Amino acid sequence: MIGKHFEEKYDLAPHSRGRRVSRRVKSIIFYLLLLIAISLSLTGLLSLIVEIGREGLPWLSWHFLTEFPSRFAEKAGMKSAIMGTVWVISFTALIIIPVGIGAAFYLEEYAKKNLLSKIIEVNISNLAGVPSIVYGLLGLSVFVYYMGLGRSVLAGALTLSLLVLPVVIVVSREAIRTVPESHKQAAYALGANRFQVVYKVILPQAIAGIMTGTILALSRAIGEAAPMIAISALVYLTFVPTSPLDRFSVMPIQIFNWISRPQDDFRGLAAAGIIVLLITLVIMNALAIYIRNRTQVRLEE
Amino acid sequence: MRNTNLVNDPVTFHLGKRKGSLQEKIVGFIFFLCASVSIVTTIAIIGTLLIQSIPFFQEVGIWEFISGDRWSPILKPRAYGVLPLVFGTSLVAFLSLLVAVPVGLLLAIFLSEYSPKRLRSILKPMLEILAGIPTVVYGYFALTYVTPQLQKIFPDLMVFNALSAGLVMGLMITPMVSSLSEDAMTAVPQSLRNAAYALGATKREVATKVVVPAATSGIVASFLLSFSRAIGETMLVTIAAGATPKMTLNPLESIQTMTAYIVQLALGETPHGSLEYNTIFAVGLLLFIFTLVINLVGHFLVQHWKEAI
Repeated sequence: MIGKHFEEKYDLAPHSRGRRVSRRVKSIIFYLLLLIAISLSLTGLLSLIVEIGREGLPWLSWHFLTEFPSRFAEKAGMKSAIMGTVWVISFTALIIIPVGIGAAFYLEEYAKKNLLSKIIEVNISNLAGVPSIVYGLLGLSVFVYYMGLGRSVLAGALTLSLLVLPVVIVVSREAIRTVPESHKQAAYALGANRFQVVYKVILPQAIAGIMTGTILALSRAIGEAAPMIAISALVYLTFVPTSPLDRFSVMPIQIFNWISRPQDDFRGLAAAGIIVLLITLVIMNALAIYIRNRTQVRLEE
Repeated sequence: MRNTNLVNDPVTFHLGKRKGSLQEKIVGFIFFLCASVSIVTTIAIIGTLLIQSIPFFQEVGIWEFISGDRWSPILKPRAYGVLPLVFGTSLVAFLSLLVAVPVGLLLAIFLSEYSPKRLRSILKPMLEILAGIPTVVYGYFALTYVTPQLQKIFPDLMVFNALSAGLVMGLMITPMVSSLSEDAMTAVPQSLRNAAYALGATKREVATKVVVPAATSGIVASFLLSFSRAIGETMLVTIAAGATPKMTLNPLESIQTMTAYIVQLALGETPHGSLEYNTIFAVGLLLFIFTLVINLVGHFLVQHWKEAI
């Protein structure tokens, strides 16, 4: 089929000089197009970082991290947003780690290959494509109102957990799959039951991969603004949550709040907030990469 | 897939059963509960959207909702036609594809066919950074940097406009197009490329006439999945595209998307249970249906190319 395709496309007789030149010109033009595409996307990334640095760095200070938001730009800080993020993300981690690992083990080691496990698989990949604001609506009506949690840290954490759970499950399954079949067989041959194999053979080897995936999922959760706005609504807080049932703000909400004010000074604050948010994400990603590299070395040894 | 399946293997299965059968069952059941969270989530999403939008549809009527050309649920005279929001959403999403499709596809061709390993190991993380930036950051970038730049070219560009949001969204979804397309291209067997080279094809001809056609279903899937992402994207359009529901195809104007409407209303602390409150669930339901259908087609195509190769 390919052969026929080629006979039609190309004149396989010795090429005339003009045709050879035109093919070379086309190659060069195409290569230029590729370079333009690369430079466009990199320029986009670069100008985004430069613009945010230029606007935000003058506003960044210790006091910006330790003060509450204020009507006066010079006095404003993002303490309540940072602490809110710490609260919400901690609870999210507490929820997604056990549930994600449990679901991954069920699908990899326990599930029989039947319709139910097939449905669960298709369902997980579809859930990953549901817009985050829809999770916000789910959280608003189920956690905030139906379960009566109110606009609380817990309601926010539960919503974010559902949002990133598909990511955790997919990554954990990949980590579990890398454990060699022979190790499991050996454990079974020694008389271990399935739970012992899961707990003592698979989990220790897969845990690094699972943690990497969980950290990446949490860093996605940190940047989510839309579902948090649906849950929290209130964007101006001058206190730090002291219990899971308290109201909260998170970093992206605070940034959104500053962006939507007309005064230029608040734009600067927003950029400073963005720098704090991005640095947090960079640290988490670096941590994930560190864990991944360390375990890769160990496996090779 | 694994070549041996311990679960269905009679010997190990028997051993597993004999030792600590009750413990086995309890643990298995707990793990099953964890996995079923995903099913419960789906049911809860559909259930919530349906139950909460029923009171709205009883009052307004489905036909008026999907065919009405004016959306003004808060200000009088009230109107509940969702078409302006659908127009706004599609306008921004198509603008973003206008950027992301050519750039993402060319990037994928470069990464899969042209790039030396060294350069690839620099470019890929760069694109991952682009994909990992929170959308509220893109919103800031569109509003405070891209819009003023564009205003130099289009003097009558509004402060909030579909163009700037669409272009920046294109930048945002480019990594998605390129990484999914690249996966499909890398999966094209090397033998096809070799055959074309043997026939005297140039590198460009191999890339555009052999690899891209062979990877078509994967590439189309990448467009669809990115399109659905663009439809569901919220913060960027809330910040940069405006809050004016309008039936327009003019990208220089301020519009409102379905997602931005939901945020606008959620911010206002509308009384729980009121008609206004229920509108966000009706809009959410429509948004969910759009993205679900596009994703299903996309996943079907991905499955299709994986099986074909």
